[in-house]
Amino acid sequence: MHITEFTIVNLLYLVAALAFIIGLRRLSSPDTARKGNLLAAFGMGLAIIVTLFSPIFDAQNTMIATENNYLWIAGGLVVGSLFGWRAAMKIAMTAMPQMVSVFNGLGGACAVLLGIIEVIKSYNGDQAMAVAQWVIVLFAILVGAVSFSGSMLAFAKLDGRVDDRKVTFKGHGTVNNILLVLVVVTGVLWIVMLPEYRVVFAIVFIVLSLIYGYSFVAPIGGADMPVVISLLNSFTGLTAAAAGLIYGSQIMLLGGILVGASGTILTILMCEAMNRSLLNVIIGQFGGGGAAAGGKDGEQVAKEITISDAAILLFYSQSVVFVPGYGLAVAQAQKDCKELADQLEKNGVDVKYAIHPVAGRMPGHMNVLLAEADVPYPKLIDEQTANDAMADTDVVVVVGANDVVNPAALDDPSSPIYGMPVIEAWKAKNVIVMKRSMSAGYAGIQNQLFFHERNKMLFGDAKDSMQKLIQEVKTL
Amino acid sequence: MLDTFIQFYSDQYIYIWLLIFTIILGFEIISKVPSVLHTPLMSGANAISGIVILGAIILIRQSASDDYISLGLGALGIALGMTNVVGGFAVTNRMLEMFKKKKTDKTN
Repeated sequence: MHITEFTIVNLLYLVAALAFIIGLRRLSSPDTARKGNLLAAFGMGLAIIVTLFSPIFDAQNTMIATENNYLWIAGGLVVGSLFGWRAAMKIAMTAMPQMVSVFNGLGGACAVLLGIIEVIKSYNGDQAMAVAQWVIVLFAILVGAVSFSGSMLAFAKLDGRVDDRKVTFKGHGTVNNILLVLVVVTGVLWIVMLPEYRVVFAIVFIVLSLIYGYSFVAPIGGADMPVVISLLNSFTGLTAAAAGLIYGSQIMLLGGILVGASGTILTILMCEAMNRSLLNVIIGQFGGGGAAAGGKDGEQVAKEITISDAAILLFYSQSVVFVPGYGLAVAQAQKDCKELADQLEKNGVDVKYAIHPVAGRMPGHMNVLLAEADVPYPKLIDEQTANDAMADTDVVVVVGANDVVNPAALDDPSSPIYGMPVIEAWKAKNVIVMKRSMSAGYAGIQNQLFFHERNKMLFGDAKDSMQKLIQEVKTL
Repeated sequence: MLDTFIQFYSDQYIYIWLLIFTIILGFEIISKVPSVLHTPLMSGANAISGIVILGAIILIRQSASDDYISLGLGALGIALGMTNVVGGFAVTNRMLEMFKKKKTDKTN
């Protein structure tokens, strides 16, 4: 009889697992993405409901009597749903990367709490754990804690609450390696110590894990931020998988590993887009390395362009390519950018948007923003297509982008972004860079494009400049 | 040593198989994705990693009803995990809705 119930429960989990796999598959194709997400959400809902009401079985597939405590569970579910829903609905599209980072950190925190409870239970003598189990619990705590504190720092950095340079120092990479060794040693001591000393090591282990997560993310900045979020996302997947091993849940193991593996691939794809290795990104210190590259700024003067000159140049062009970057997101200028494009198109100008894979703070960040502003899909072109047509492009308008149009990536081997594919804006007939000031980009390196003979700077807030340009173009 | 390994394998072989094949599956599913979808995909995958919430549910269900430490921490874990799950799927859906709207514009 019990076997029958076990079979039903197991089959329902199989349906949930299939929903995750097919959902992820569909999420990776534009036509089916939305349905894929809903399918994965259905799988999650099913897995939660089955877990709530199914009998719980032990290793021999016999039912265990449970006290259920549904009130506690319901409380957690309701509070979490409300928070998650509200946050997801209220957040501005521009702040999406931060949001994903926070959600990811909470998943990690959940795994840490589970690990802590398991530890407490074992100390109360409720359950004895074998060494293998201890290793899994420690792994879940370590990776979950790194994911939590790392994600929170990533959030603070992306949200502009923490300055990259203030949280890192020379030799940070070495300190991180020492920290990691310390964490592992503490973990080993925790397992081999006599029970009376274990509590101390447990606390030290958790605290060290949290510090390591923070310290791990601290030296990473600039264009590498998307990579680290993706990496932390796969960490949360791994910790969920470890928790799956603790509770003997195949669906948790499958879901966690699926996220861990796909997150790793996504991370590697992003690194490839920047022509950097993952190791290089992690030991990064992006900002520090490039300081020397900006040595000759003093002698160079960038030319400025007025709003009316810029409007005339754009209005009477054949083809205009916008290159959006994080500045567009910060200024919330995507709708104004679209409106300017509409005005130009009325005069027969061919307008396109060149999207660099790592423009913004997340891959696809710019696509989401421009989609929000109703920019038609065929108008978005990738960096290769943009470069092929660059010589025939009349004007390239760089809106709040910097590192992705930096010629140093091609011709300056000492530059930290050397080798990264960039949008070769300087090959167009004219370039207008819309920027707040002459300050260096997020990667902290100077951009020779600003001093290029065909480039003119249009200083000011991107949204403000866009609106002025729209007014100006309307009068032409 | 070898005996221990063989014993471990025969006890856990289903999990080991599941682990290996899921890793390969995860790699294969993601290997061809247009960069447009990187953010929604990351966000959707992030929501799935909220599956860790199942552990918290199992834990609370198995706890004694006067074990307030487990119940309290477990409920907190559920709240955090559920924020990840609901928020993750909702935010992904919001992003993807924009792409949908854009696609209808194209056909018009």
